[in-house]
Amino acid sequence: MKIQAIVVRILRQFIRDKRSLALMIVAPLLILTLTWLVLDQEAYQPKLAVEGAPAPLEAAVQDSMLDIVDVDDPVRALADSEIDAILEANGQRIHVTVDNSKPNQSEAVKMGLQEALASQSDRQPPDISIEYLYEDNAETTFDYTGPVLIGFFAFFIVFLVGGISFLRERSQGTMERLFAMPLKGWEIILGYIGGFGLFAVIQSFIVALYAVYVLGIPLNGSLWLVILVTMLLSLSALTLGILLSSFARNEFQLMQFIPLVIVPQAFFSGMFSLDNGADWLVYIEYIMPISYGADALKEIMIKGNGLADIQVDLYVVLGFSLLFYLLNLGTLKAYRK
Amino acid sequence: MEIVELRHVSHSFDRQRVLQDISLTISAGGIFVLLGPSGSGKTTLVKTIVGTLTPTEGAVVVLKTRMPSLQTMGSIGYMAQADALYHELTAKENLAFFAAIYGVPKKQTALRIDQVLEDVGLQDSKHKIVREYSGGMKRRLSLAAALIHQPKLLILDEPTVGIDPLLRNKIWGRFADLKRGGTTIIVTTHVMDEAERCDTLGLLRDGKIIAHGSPAALKQETGTDSIEQAFLTYGREKA
Repeated sequence: MKIQAIVVRILRQFIRDKRSLALMIVAPLLILTLTWLVLDQEAYQPKLAVEGAPAPLEAAVQDSMLDIVDVDDPVRALADSEIDAILEANGQRIHVTVDNSKPNQSEAVKMGLQEALASQSDRQPPDISIEYLYEDNAETTFDYTGPVLIGFFAFFIVFLVGGISFLRERSQGTMERLFAMPLKGWEIILGYIGGFGLFAVIQSFIVALYAVYVLGIPLNGSLWLVILVTMLLSLSALTLGILLSSFARNEFQLMQFIPLVIVPQAFFSGMFSLDNGADWLVYIEYIMPISYGADALKEIMIKGNGLADIQVDLYVVLGFSLLFYLLNLGTLKAYRK
Repeated sequence: MEIVELRHVSHSFDRQRVLQDISLTISAGGIFVLLGPSGSGKTTLVKTIVGTLTPTEGAVVVLKTRMPSLQTMGSIGYMAQADALYHELTAKENLAFFAAIYGVPKKQTALRIDQVLEDVGLQDSKHKIVREYSGGMKRRLSLAAALIHQPKLLILDEPTVGIDPLLRNKIWGRFADLKRGGTTIIVTTHVMDEAERCDTLGLLRDGKIIAHGSPAALKQETGTDSIEQAFLTYGREKA
């Protein structure tokens, strides 16, 4: 009942605040479109597992832009994106399985193979067959980063809008007023989650539909799962925004958290490949909520995987939200005194 | 019967002592004015009664429960110094929100909203968005929000700041009506002539209650004929 009152109030406020509403919906579409326009391909040395190839062929592959790696279970390594392709040679026949969830890589694999085979022109040309691991292929860098961007915007915008409106409660004195009412801390936070959650759902719908149907990002999995993931990401963003807003005295100070909290997440969200980076980079990725959401979105949209494959990501994002929620209760309690 | 009891209440922010060993009882059914210059600790004292601030020392008991108590907060109407309204919403929407939080039954909400808006003379602006309100209108709406759940105890922190004398007079008339209806009212002010209209007066200076009693008694005790002079006399004694 009380929570519902907070939800209704937030919805009403938000509908009147046309600019924030526009920010939540239009800004992601705008940036998504711009990214779509500017993103181009990067050079990359694809990793390849080779099975049963004769020595000359293997040497030729080694000399090309391809990198041969030793793995125990190539099929599994390919599914886990540890390698980019498997080359199986059987006499004159060469069969290549390519991970087409990463556009640059699969292009690079094909180019590298052409290069390698061309250097063996003295022999009879082999019979090559190529198989793609996933159905709908992500062809450009944008197809690959699109899912990540959807997650990133859900996080960023909800963090900003939620954090600022919570901060405003304090600066306009209504927080003090709420504390003078028979209202518990968790009711306030849950009210916020309810109110902003609704807008987060609407935002996820519009952004996901736009990305898929207007910009043409491949969607191999379920749209509902995409919405679910962005919703959970928004939840962690909202609880984090509320938490950080209690450490900011005004809107400007909250903005100062963006380079500290949001921008680093962009780097570790999967938009940039960490494959060739230092090992400890991975540990930084572990503490970034966006990286889990982005991973889940890639699994759904590019690989077409279902709930079973993303559930760990979802649990972690939920875990972050729960942690931020509990910290919020603590700060509210401290503030109330 | 006392409705508010403060027992040796002291409060410090960081190292600054804002309230110093205040013991005070406020009896039910009257208007109590807390008079003091700005910076004397009025708002801090009021917040300990409302329950938004737990004093570092001492106890505050309101309606027989020790504050802060969420349950007792439901019987208190509070108008803070800041207007504490949602500027994007209309007056009606603001009041509906406060009514829901205070648990006013849904069926009565519309009626209560009309009543409190009439009390503060804002019925014509019911559907107007608060952002378009003047300062005085916002103060009045704030007062209406404090009245929405018919509280037993009404606590008003400088309710008439920035309000013109005519309206101030009207609001004080409204306080008298509420008092007749059985509501206890605590008002803070730094305006001396407002203090004349109360039943009991507490003089606060530098975080201490320097005198406490009816306006007539305080004037008589100091042999002065205005609260202002009485305040000055007590101030000299303490200094």
